[in-house]
Amino acid sequence: MVDSSSLSISSTPLAGEPFPRDALVGAYQTMVLARGTDERCLSLQRQGRIGFYAPLMGQEAAQVGASHAITAEDWVFPAYRELAVALARGVPLRALFDQLLGNADDQIKGRQMPNHFGFRSANFVVASSPIGTQITQAVGAAMAAQRRKDPIVTIAFFGDGATSSNDFHAGLNFAGVFRAPTIFFCQNNQWAISLPRERQTRSATLAEKAGAYGIPGVVVDGNDLDAVFGAVRAARARAISGEGPTMIEAEVYRFGPHSTSDDPKRYRSDHEVAAAKERDPIARLKARLLDQGLWSEESDRALWDEVRHRVMETFEAAEKVSPMDPRTIFDDVFARLTLRLEEERAAYEGSLRESSGRP
Amino acid sequence: MTEMNLVQAVNRALHEAMRKDPDVLVLGEDVGVNGGVFRATDGLFKEFGGERVIDTPLSETGIIGTAIGMALYGLKPVAEIQFLDFIYPAFDQIVSELAKFRYRSGGQYPAHVVIRSPYGGGIKGGLYHSQSTEAYFCHTAGLQVVVPSTPADARGLLRTAIDGEDPVLFLEPKRIYRSMTGEVPEDDVRVPFGKARVVREGSDLSLFAYGAMVPQSVEAAEVLEKDGISAEVIDLRSLVPLDEAAVISSVEKTGRAVIVHEAARFCGLGAELAALLAEKAFYSLKAPVARVTGFDTPFPYALENVYLPNAERIVQASRATVRAA
Repeated sequence: MVDSSSLSISSTPLAGEPFPRDALVGAYQTMVLARGTDERCLSLQRQGRIGFYAPLMGQEAAQVGASHAITAEDWVFPAYRELAVALARGVPLRALFDQLLGNADDQIKGRQMPNHFGFRSANFVVASSPIGTQITQAVGAAMAAQRRKDPIVTIAFFGDGATSSNDFHAGLNFAGVFRAPTIFFCQNNQWAISLPRERQTRSATLAEKAGAYGIPGVVVDGNDLDAVFGAVRAARARAISGEGPTMIEAEVYRFGPHSTSDDPKRYRSDHEVAAAKERDPIARLKARLLDQGLWSEESDRALWDEVRHRVMETFEAAEKVSPMDPRTIFDDVFARLTLRLEEERAAYEGSLRESSGRP
Repeated sequence: MTEMNLVQAVNRALHEAMRKDPDVLVLGEDVGVNGGVFRATDGLFKEFGGERVIDTPLSETGIIGTAIGMALYGLKPVAEIQFLDFIYPAFDQIVSELAKFRYRSGGQYPAHVVIRSPYGGGIKGGLYHSQSTEAYFCHTAGLQVVVPSTPADARGLLRTAIDGEDPVLFLEPKRIYRSMTGEVPEDDVRVPFGKARVVREGSDLSLFAYGAMVPQSVEAAEVLEKDGISAEVIDLRSLVPLDEAAVISSVEKTGRAVIVHEAARFCGLGAELAALLAEKAFYSLKAPVARVTGFDTPFPYALENVYLPNAERIVQASRATVRAA
């Protein structure tokens, strides 16, 4: 780790608040729920019950720690691996499953692949697949909040691969110039599909890239709930007080494949994955809770049983929801249907009538 | 009525919109202190200050990405891309993000950004200050693309763009920024999208054009009139949404169509218009549809006037169309 510059590049957490003790058990429960969801969804995808899934396993402490350090009014600009952020912000599991299935209850109306969540009610801006595009958008929303004098921050979630994208550099540069109240939260999970972190950039850390834009960059242990929480809390306080943006690099490891379409055995060893799993954020928090007398093996077994049951029950309920009405394909292209879209819809409805044999 | 040129009309619309609504702001390269390289934003910085007239770093993806974020939050950003030729670093933000936000969020997150950009040839701008690449954007669901050809339309269409709820690419034909003036109404007149303008009525053929090709088409129509050919000139004004009814009804009257644009022919807007006529006005056509367009070459510097359609080429194509039947 690098700790050699005046630009606040640090391998230690900012001297900040530890994760609130009374919220530790709740955080652990959210992390276990995310892990249980991941495990189940990987098997549901293999069974053909969902089309695709991008697991976050290994990144639970980073996501839950960061989520607890911001407020409900703050705006989250996620990538497509932020399921635990959504859970931590109170999005119901059922709403996540509705999206994975693209059923009639899906809040984004079946418009995107699984994991591309969007929940306005949770200030969780809808994700897209292109890498890094949410970064400049988070900066723009922060500039807008600044203009409205709203005491909020925006936080952009992205991975190590995104630090090579155009929008990462444009976003950090704009945020630095305009002192936007933004937090750049990079989950460095060491792998951008098959490309290892050391091939993504020659820089010793990702966080030090922030220095070139006049922004503090901080490296934290992403498996350490306190370190993540403290860094995001401090970054939020800086942003709110008008001191501008901060980049945080949370060092984690992607335990699973990039997605269900990926076979990580082609590019990394089981040994490496096993070594990373020694630092499993869930095992780590559990040990701490046990140590502090906040948790027991018995309550842990009960939690896992409850999570596995709840995940399956919720998924099966979502599976029973009817599919999206095909006529909705024409909605939301614009605020109102254009004449052209009206015509396309009428033609489509005509073909439905024709194929059903009705006049 | 005030007499002004097209760039002054753009400037006026921006002033009016910013006075009316504090959520409207302008951002782009050199738009603030300098007033824009074409002076389209002249005076805005002085009146509204640097918080609403934002000189940005030199990054198109930064400009459009931050504009999207502002719009998601509820502001009404009007972003300037200095030349349409430089828009491509922002292509991902426009095509993958801006155009799809409302749709991909199931209506939860509309993103109303207006992007203004000077486009087109005729100013000796060479490859990178001349192109007409509107078709890329017309092809993307979720974007509206409009092109004024008069000062009154520039003002009225830009006001409509800023009032609206959906993204707009507002293309300004820079060749006619200052080459002519026109009357602009005093009161807050809007020009609706999706309504073409009949510039000149005629009965023998229809000339369809937009932007700087409108005055060329009018000039051609005047020449044709001396030959005894009555050409109707339709200014499309808005490419998306397209006023299909106006296109069809004009050809139902004249039976002949000549489509004029600066952009390259292959997969240009003219192809869409020709297809529309084949689908919906086939039995009214007396002659094959003709297109007068830029060539399928990059935009040349020294041979700009060879590349660009002009009245002479429009006249020749029109005569051939009338001769055909």
